Amino acid sequence: MNKSFAFVILLILGLSRLSSQEYFPDNTQVKSQNNNYTAIVNAKIYVSPSNVIENGTLLIKKGKVVQVGKSVKIPANTVQVDVAGKWIYPSFIDVFSEFGVAKPEKSKEGGRSAEYEPSRQGYYWNDHIMPEFDAVNSFVYDESTAKNLREVGFGVVNTHRHDGIARGTGVLVALNGKEGDAERILDDRSAQYFSFNKSIAHRQAYPTSLMGSMALLRQMYYDADWYAQGKSETKDRSLEALNSNNSLVQIFEAGDKGNVLRADGIGDKFGIQYIALGGGDEYERVADIKAANTTLVLPLNFPDAYDVSDPYTTKYVSLADMRNWNQAPANPKIMAENGIPFSLTLHGLKSTVDFKDKIKRAIAYGLSKEKALEALTVIPAQILGKTESLGTLEAGRYANFLITSGDIFEDGTLLYENWVQGQKHVVNDINQKDLRGDYDLAIGTDSFQLSISGEVLQPKAEVKKDTLKLNTKLDYKNDWLVMSLVNNENGATYRLSGAISGDSNNLEGKAVISNGKETTFKAVRTKAFAGKEKDQPEVPEMVPVTFPNIAYGNTSLPKQQTMLFKNATVWTSEDAGILEHTDVLVKNGKIEKIGKDLKAGGAKVIDATGKHLSAGIIDEHSHIAALAVNEAGQNSSAEVKMEDLVDYEDKGIYHALAGGVTSLQLLHGSANPIGGQSAIMKLKWGERPEKMVYSNTPKFIKFALGENVKQSNWGSYSRFPQTRMGVEQVFDNYFQRAKEYMDAKARGESVRYDVEMETLAEIIRGERFISCHSYVQSEINMMMKVAEKFGFRVNTFTHILEGYKVADKMKEHGVGGGTFSDWWAYKFEVNDAIPYNAAIMQEQGVTVAINSDDAEMIRRLNQEAAKTIKYGGMTELEAWKMVTINPAKLLHLEDRTGSIKEGKDADLVLWSHNPLSIYAKAEKTIIDGAVYFDLETDRKMREAVEKERAKLINQMLLEKQGGKKTQQPALKKKVLMHCDTGSLNDHHE
Amino acid sequence: MKNQKDMKLGIKIWVALLVVQFSVGQQTPGDKQDEAIYIEGATAHLGTGEVIENSLIMFQEGKLTFVGSAMTKIARRGRKIKGDGKHVYPGFIAPSTSLGLVEIDAVRASRDQDEIGEMIPHIRSLIAYNAESKVVESMRPNGILIGQITPQGGRISGTSSIVQFDAWNWEDAAVKTDDGIHLNWPSSYHRGKPNENYAEQIAEVKEFLKNALAYGKAASNELNPAFESLQGIFKGAQKLYLNASGEKEILDGVKVLKENGVKDIVLVGGYEAYKTIDFLKLNEVPVLLRHTHMLPHSDDEDYDLPYKLPGILVEAGLLVGLQNSETSNFQTRNLPFFAGQTVVHGLSKEQALQLITGNTAKILGIDESYGTLENGKSATLFISEGDALDMKGNRLIHAFIDGREISLETHQTELWKRYSEKYEGK
Repeated sequence: MNKSFAFVILLILGLSRLSSQEYFPDNTQVKSQNNNYTAIVNAKIYVSPSNVIENGTLLIKKGKVVQVGKSVKIPANTVQVDVAGKWIYPSFIDVFSEFGVAKPEKSKEGGRSAEYEPSRQGYYWNDHIMPEFDAVNSFVYDESTAKNLREVGFGVVNTHRHDGIARGTGVLVALNGKEGDAERILDDRSAQYFSFNKSIAHRQAYPTSLMGSMALLRQMYYDADWYAQGKSETKDRSLEALNSNNSLVQIFEAGDKGNVLRADGIGDKFGIQYIALGGGDEYERVADIKAANTTLVLPLNFPDAYDVSDPYTTKYVSLADMRNWNQAPANPKIMAENGIPFSLTLHGLKSTVDFKDKIKRAIAYGLSKEKALEALTVIPAQILGKTESLGTLEAGRYANFLITSGDIFEDGTLLYENWVQGQKHVVNDINQKDLRGDYDLAIGTDSFQLSISGEVLQPKAEVKKDTLKLNTKLDYKNDWLVMSLVNNENGATYRLSGAISGDSNNLEGKAVISNGKETTFKAVRTKAFAGKEKDQPEVPEMVPVTFPNIAYGNTSLPKQQTMLFKNATVWTSEDAGILEHTDVLVKNGKIEKIGKDLKAGGAKVIDATGKHLSAGIIDEHSHIAALAVNEAGQNSSAEVKMEDLVDYEDKGIYHALAGGVTSLQLLHGSANPIGGQSAIMKLKWGERPEKMVYSNTPKFIKFALGENVKQSNWGSYSRFPQTRMGVEQVFDNYFQRAKEYMDAKARGESVRYDVEMETLAEIIRGERFISCHSYVQSEINMMMKVAEKFGFRVNTFTHILEGYKVADKMKEHGVGGGTFSDWWAYKFEVNDAIPYNAAIMQEQGVTVAINSDDAEMIRRLNQEAAKTIKYGGMTELEAWKMVTINPAKLLHLEDRTGSIKEGKDADLVLWSHNPLSIYAKAEKTIIDGAVYFDLETDRKMREAVEKERAKLINQMLLEKQGGKKTQQPALKKKVLMHCDTGSLNDHHE
Repeated sequence: MKNQKDMKLGIKIWVALLVVQFSVGQQTPGDKQDEAIYIEGATAHLGTGEVIENSLIMFQEGKLTFVGSAMTKIARRGRKIKGDGKHVYPGFIAPSTSLGLVEIDAVRASRDQDEIGEMIPHIRSLIAYNAESKVVESMRPNGILIGQITPQGGRISGTSSIVQFDAWNWEDAAVKTDDGIHLNWPSSYHRGKPNENYAEQIAEVKEFLKNALAYGKAASNELNPAFESLQGIFKGAQKLYLNASGEKEILDGVKVLKENGVKDIVLVGGYEAYKTIDFLKLNEVPVLLRHTHMLPHSDDEDYDLPYKLPGILVEAGLLVGLQNSETSNFQTRNLPFFAGQTVVHGLSKEQALQLITGNTAKILGIDESYGTLENGKSATLFISEGDALDMKGNRLIHAFIDGREISLETHQTELWKRYSEKYEGK
């Protein structure tokens, strides 16, 4: 029990001004205490979502629930409040709030160059790691926001400063507007917070990417562990704080389905189970999220429908965005169905007022009211480890409750009072009567017909004298009714005012008529108000979720088939060459047999007469299917992993499949001399990222040379290196340090675990291979010499446009080349790039691949390979190897894929023509024996996309016609990635 | 290992060919045609949609004197080039390109394609055209012999000129000087969101055109260079190249230009031209479509939409050419393959060829002399070992501009030769 909790026990009920603590002197009055009880009687009480008492009594004292039940013994010194017919709920709790904690000021942009150094001393080396920040120290209670929150039912919020990657601790606050911070702050350090987003207050460049944030968090935990062992010679207040916060609840602002899983993965590595703030799209990966065993905090910011009334602008809305509108409100329901615990938050809503509509929409989509209430009360209390004091109305809990006119999740229900810590906060006057109905109205001797309608709290009146309508104004406040009437025909006026009686359905009081004479009026209710038939909330028919959940996603995952290709021209990419009239049998994901007149057995027979069958194309250098390409914040980023950022939802995957590509190396970009770790993957469209990455994958890392790492083309002058001379020294220095690190470990010294050094050590040991972005001969030669000095070899030079100048040296070193077919002239260092490069290198015995580095070119790498025939006179067979077996060799996959050979993975493409011809079309693309692209299926999907778009457009149009809010069509920005995308300044290639 | 040997042999033959045939220095323009030449036995692709197998093509003094069957009984004169198994094409034409205005994309000092200012029709590309550009030179071995050199940027970027790619200087290069004005129509959407200034930006264009038109109606003592340079588009002496991609932009652009007295409009870009086919036909607007090697604009579109757009428009009866103004200039040498890509997506090979020859010449207004192999037209043509629209067939052995045989050597072939020889010498 902490200090503030102890104060709360002492708080005094019923004082309307800020109360003083018990031991504080009081010089303004006689010091006194109120030890009375309050009993709310005759209510329907939700003690908890599953425990409901009809006609119950809630007995409270000093801010806490004393007893709740049907028969509660009420002490003599009790103030009773009869709320017959009203409902009582525990008030809501928001786990993810920034209430009362200001965002820091945004750092001023200074200078043209990025800042690489930290701005603090005595703290962690990275400014975005701030576990030492305690929000309680800057907390300022904000009554006007508190009032807004109470008006939608919240009683407690858990707040923190939404800034930085490690954000420090947050505060648990009761929205008690009647007392002070001593009472309302329930926990000074209620949880510790993290995110992947940098602080806006600091300019330190690292990390510039999601993978950098992930790597930073991992290194931070390693460092904290090392620090905890007392191994640091210097003070680090950040790591100290992190270590001292590790017993708290750990909450991660993930923000979408992928990041929920990313955060969970980091947590798993370090034995931490984060509570994750989701993004509302978790339903798209529900199985993985369930498997992660995370408790979620879910937003309710379901998108508004798009305004699709203008057919010219509808094209800007993608099917994925339309689906998101259609499906997102089902997110809470789907989580509930799958047994994934979650609380709900206001975070992400434009205005707290939207909460009511959004929660009702979630319920209309099938979320049970019980689950909804749980997600707003019990679960948040559980998340915060505060079930003994919050979340229900059981004895001993805070008297935090709502009094409503009925079911809080129904339209038309009024929230009357929001009690926080036993303090009543009026939202709507509970005594306000429902006056609506038809009356016979008599003013003096005159008689009229009165009809009151509208909302309970804002009734509208209509008064008629026979058929004549009088101009009528009605005002109902604080138990008094005031009504004025004007007869526009004869100018007669009437002013009426009367007190509303609780017991009668009739209205009566004083009336003043045109001539100033006073009389009385009386209205006798003849008919109760019959509201219009309540519409069932309209829920559009939900369209199915696909994998991935965009156009051309799969409704079910492709399955391995036993297939027999009959009578094909088979491009083996092996010594066997090109085989005419040959059959290929595929079974269990492998190439089972190659031969003539093979027996089908049970296989599906595909007549390939006149067609060409080849191994799937492999792209040694790609950046499709990545959420980011560069971690540009440091000149080495060996610690980052492309595997962390595989974007399985990139349509680029589908495009590449349609171009016959089955595998690729997802490379880090070229912003740094030492880049990040690659992901080598098969393009299994529809699969989860983990299933796309090769099992037992060869380990690769990107290195880079030349203009990009020197930052030559974007006016950056502060980062080392700025010259090719400096580039060499970066490598030399890092490998020297890695060697010393390895040596120290080998000597058994206890060294700080350094992910970057571990990665470089893998390279030196020959366990991790380098793909090195390179252009001119001097640097290519240098890189080989550095590698030789440290006893390893460079695996691949990628781009390698001047490879032809040092092909003999490359051969001697044993490095391969992955090059563009014909790119040049886009920057100074490619002035001597020639399309004959591939042919010359190949001629000298270098293993050569043609790569894309481009989302468009990847879909016609067959044509790029064919250019080596034009430029350099390669044979068709050798040209074809450059996009199949050669890249497989460069990626150490040649035993698994890259050629048609019995026993290898069935990664195949069926082409309509010679695959090196511009007239060739991929008809089927097969990975591990399953068809991932099929021209016929594609045709059907086109129709399906069109139909589904039409359906969703109609649904959205109905939303608009129905008066619902809509948003302007907008095209989500799609970034096509190249090597230098996400450098501190983007430039093309 | 047989294949390795084949390959080596292939390279040797190629290097030998180069050394023997083109030992002239790079980029030295070819001499004026002084003897008649005839190519016999090749497959002639005329650029009109027609093919002649076993053809006879004769030219003299820079002009084609005969295009027909080799079976024709006609006197052969001058130098003979054996065409058996080879293919002859009219020189390909690259419209709307900044070739010769930019040498190296990332080197600012080498960029001359985009002048500051929004409405600068008086800015002329021709005088900045670098006839000795290494990038221009690299077009020729792929069959691209003519280009429309076009300024970029702003609303009205400037005035283009059409040049041929074998000249000592821009003056010699000019085929048609100041042929067209280039306008970038505003986008109704900007960075994925509605462009709030769209109407205002259109109004600015209208205002500018109205003023230019009014200016031309009366003699003035004070010359307004911008208005002056626009007069050709009202008289039909120059074409107005309207860069627009979206459906709405195409409709708005053509309408505004028509209403303001612009005679000849060419749509450039035209990604959504396929949605406005009837409108474009009605207004007789030809299209220089964005090249085919690009991605669909949205995830919802067919993966092959860029491949089949030319086919859709041609099928509907529009006059269509291809351009690649938004790519790096070096990519322009892939123009034949942009065209070849359309073949299994709706067009025949000869129709595909028209997209970069006959059609383009018509659209640019140089079809009297260029774009097709027809009697009396310029002898601007080349001979390829194979199908020039397919990368594995596109291997030029002779090329002629106005009858002058041009070098097919480049900075790149020289480096190839130099390093091949280095390794041979080992």
